[in-house]
Amino acid sequence: MPRHEFIVVNPDKCIGCELCETVCSFVHEGVFNPLHARIKRVRIEPIVNIALSCQKCEDPDCVNACPQKALEKSKKDGSIKVDEDKCTGCAYCIRACPFGAIALSTISGKVLICDLCESTEYEEPQCLELCPREAISLENVDQIAGEKRMDAVKRLLTDLVSE
Amino acid sequence: MTLEGYTQERININLDTGKIERTSLSEEFCTDYIGGYGFGAKILWDELKPGIDPLSPDNILIWAIGPYPGTILPTSSKYGLFAKSPLTNLFGMAISSGSIAQQARRAGHNCIVFYGKAEEPVYVMFDDGDIQIIPCEEAGIWGKGAWTTDEILKEHYNDQKLAVAAIGPAGEKLSKIGCVTNDRNRQAGRTGMGCVMGSKNLKALCFRGTKSIQIAKPKEFYEFGKELIKRSIGTATAKYRNYGTPDGLVPYNDMGMLGNYNFREGFFDKMENFSGQWLDENLIVKKVACSQCTVACDHLARVPKDHPKWAGATGSMDIENIYSLGSNCGHNDWFAIIKAITLCDDLGMDTISAGTTVAFGMECFEKGILKKDDVGYDLSFGNSEAVVQMIEDMGNRSTKAGDILADGSRAAAIKLGGNAMKYAMQVKGLEFPMFAIHGMSCFAVGSGVSIRGACHLRNGAYGLDAKGKFDRFGYDKPLERGKGIKDVEDEYCIIDSLIICKFTRGIYTSKEDHCTAYNLITGWDMNPEKLMVAGERIHNLAKCFNLREGATKADDYPPDRFFDEPPTRGPTKGVTLDRNGFASLLEGYYEVRGWDKEGIPTDKTLKRLGLDFCIGKLKTKGGKK
Repeated sequence: MPRHEFIVVNPDKCIGCELCETVCSFVHEGVFNPLHARIKRVRIEPIVNIALSCQKCEDPDCVNACPQKALEKSKKDGSIKVDEDKCTGCAYCIRACPFGAIALSTISGKVLICDLCESTEYEEPQCLELCPREAISLENVDQIAGEKRMDAVKRLLTDLVSE
Repeated sequence: MTLEGYTQERININLDTGKIERTSLSEEFCTDYIGGYGFGAKILWDELKPGIDPLSPDNILIWAIGPYPGTILPTSSKYGLFAKSPLTNLFGMAISSGSIAQQARRAGHNCIVFYGKAEEPVYVMFDDGDIQIIPCEEAGIWGKGAWTTDEILKEHYNDQKLAVAAIGPAGEKLSKIGCVTNDRNRQAGRTGMGCVMGSKNLKALCFRGTKSIQIAKPKEFYEFGKELIKRSIGTATAKYRNYGTPDGLVPYNDMGMLGNYNFREGFFDKMENFSGQWLDENLIVKKVACSQCTVACDHLARVPKDHPKWAGATGSMDIENIYSLGSNCGHNDWFAIIKAITLCDDLGMDTISAGTTVAFGMECFEKGILKKDDVGYDLSFGNSEAVVQMIEDMGNRSTKAGDILADGSRAAAIKLGGNAMKYAMQVKGLEFPMFAIHGMSCFAVGSGVSIRGACHLRNGAYGLDAKGKFDRFGYDKPLERGKGIKDVEDEYCIIDSLIICKFTRGIYTSKEDHCTAYNLITGWDMNPEKLMVAGERIHNLAKCFNLREGATKADDYPPDRFFDEPPTRGPTKGVTLDRNGFASLLEGYYEVRGWDKEGIPTDKTLKRLGLDFCIGKLKTKGGKK
C-alpha cells in the first residue's frame, strides 16, 4: 500500500493565527473566508491551538457515507476527490469525518476537502508555505511513526543519548 | 474609482429606542480619515455635544475598523473603541486585536455608533447583516466576568469562533478604568471604554461573519502579503516573538526607566529573576496569536499546580502589566503578577491603570492618607498578596478602599483629599505606562502631549531617549526633538487608523510600503504625502476635541514628582526633569506642530489639514475635571 502524505500540524508550534485558513480560501476560491477553508484552526482556551485538515484515511468514513458516490479516494496520492457534478451538498461526509476536516462552500454548495493545493496554481500547499511557525508539514504515517519512535527513545534513554 | 477593503457601511444603534439605522461612509470620508482612530475622531468631533458627562446617555461610543481585517495582512485584525473618556473627560480611545475585527468585517461592518442607554442590560449580536439587541437576562451574563461571558455566549450560539467583546463587573459598576475584553487576553484597555459600555447598559458585542472578503488587486496583494509575512517573522519582530515585551525589563531598568514604587524610583531593587528570559524559560507555557498575526506576542504564563492560592492561573504577560502590577507595587512575585493580570482581564479593568492605581493606593497607605480600616489589610509596597486582593476589591467595588481606587488615581486622589494628588501618577487622568521619565526629556514631552493621557502608544518618544537619538538628560534642539515626536506621532495615527499592530511597524520599510498595501487592498491611489497628512489631520482633530472640552497647556505636563523628587538609586539617581527645559521642549513641539505657544492649532494649520470646520470652535466650554 503506497504511503500518502497529508497535512500535519504540530500543536506545540501552532500559535492559532488562522493564516492557514485565510490563505487556503484565497488560493482556492479567490476570496478571504475561513468558511471556505479546507483547513480549520481549533483553539481551546487558554493554550491549545492546532489546525486540522484531511487526514487521507485509508478507509475513509466520508467516502463510505456519501449517498451520491461523489467522493473517491485517489490511488495516486490518497486525496479524497470530490466529483462536483455528483455532490449535492448533503453534508453526510461532513457528519462522518471524525476530524471535522470537510467544509461546505457557501458559494458552490459543494464540499471542500484539502487537495494539497493541487487544483491551484501553486506547487506547494500554501498553508504550509505561509505558516509563520513552520507548524505545518507534509508527512506520511511512516515518517510520523519514525519521529515518535525517535522521541520515545530519547525520553527513555536520556543518559545514553546525551553521551 | 473603486474602494474595496471598506464596506463603507455605518450602523447607528440607538440604545434608548432600539432603532438601528444604516448609512454609508463616503469615499472621501474613508480616505481622509482612513479608519479606526480617524473615524472615531471625526465622528466624535462632528456629533458629540461639548461638555457632556461621559457617563450620561449623551456620550457616543464608536466601534471602528480600517480596510484590512480578514485579509492575510499580518496583524490586521484590530478594532478601536472611541468615546469621551470618563477617566480623562477628554478624547477616549482604546484599540484591541484578537478575532473581533475579522469576524465583524466578514459580517459587513466597518463602523458602528452607539447612542443613548439601554433600559436594561443588553448585548448586541451582529450575525452578518442581522443585528439584534438582546437582553442579558436571556443568557444570564450580567454580573459575570468577561471570560465567563465569552464562554456562555459561545455556548449559547453553539459557535466556538463567535467573537465576543465584553465588559466585566468593573465596567458594569462604572469603574472609570473599566476595559473591554475579547479573546480572553486582548483588551481595549485604556481610558475607560468598558466604563462607557457599562454606562450604556451594554454588556457585550458579538460578531459572526460568513461573507467573503474581496480586495481590489488580489494577485498582486497576495505576493506583497507573502513578502510582509516573511518580514514579519524576521528580525523586526524578533523581540516580540522570543522573550516578548518583558525582554525590555532589564535594559530599561539598566537605564533607570523601569517605574517602581509608584515612580519614586526608576531602578528596581528586586531584579532577581525579574527578566523576560527568566519568565520565558520558567513560566511561559504557550505563545498565541491574534487572528492573522504572525508574531504571537501573547505569552501565557501559568502559576504551578502546587501553588496554595492561585494554582493554574494563566495570564498574558506584557512588560506594561508586569511593571504596573509588579515593580510599581514594589514586588517581583511572578505568581501574584500572573494572578492579578487574570483578574484584571476577567473583571474588566485596564491592567496599566489598575496596577498604577494600586501603587498610588500603596503610597497613600504608607502616608496614612488611605486608612487601614478602609482597606482591611496591609497595603504596603511589596505586599504582593495585597495587590491581588486590591484588584479584586476594585473590580467588584467590594471594600471602601477598592471602591475609591476603582475610578483610577486622579478621581481617587480627589476623594481622598489632602496631598494625595501628589501621588497620582497620571497625565490628563490616565495612569502612566512603564517609563519613569526623570531622565527621559523627550518622552516627558511625548507622554505629556499624548492625546489620551499618559501613554507610550501615541508617539514612540521613549525610543528617542532610550536609543540615544537625543541627550535624554538634556534639553537642547527643541525643534529637532519636536519633529522627532511629531513624526512618530503622525505615523502612529496612521497605524491606529489602518488599524495594524505597532509590533509590526518595522516590517514596513517605508511609507510607500504602507501605501502599497493600502492601494492593493482598496484600489485607491494613496501616496506617502497624502497618508502622512491624514495622520497629521487625525492627530490635530483629536487635539481640537480635547481643546473644545477644555484642555489647556497645563494638561500637557507630567506629574510634579518627575520634576521635584529625584530617584535615590541607579543611573537616574539625583536626576529630575527641568521645568524650564521641559517648557522649551514643549514649545518646540508646539511650534513644529503649527500650534501657538498655548498648544492651540493655528487657523493656518487647520486650513492646511482640511480642518477648517474646527476654526473658531476651540474655546473651552467647561466640563473638564
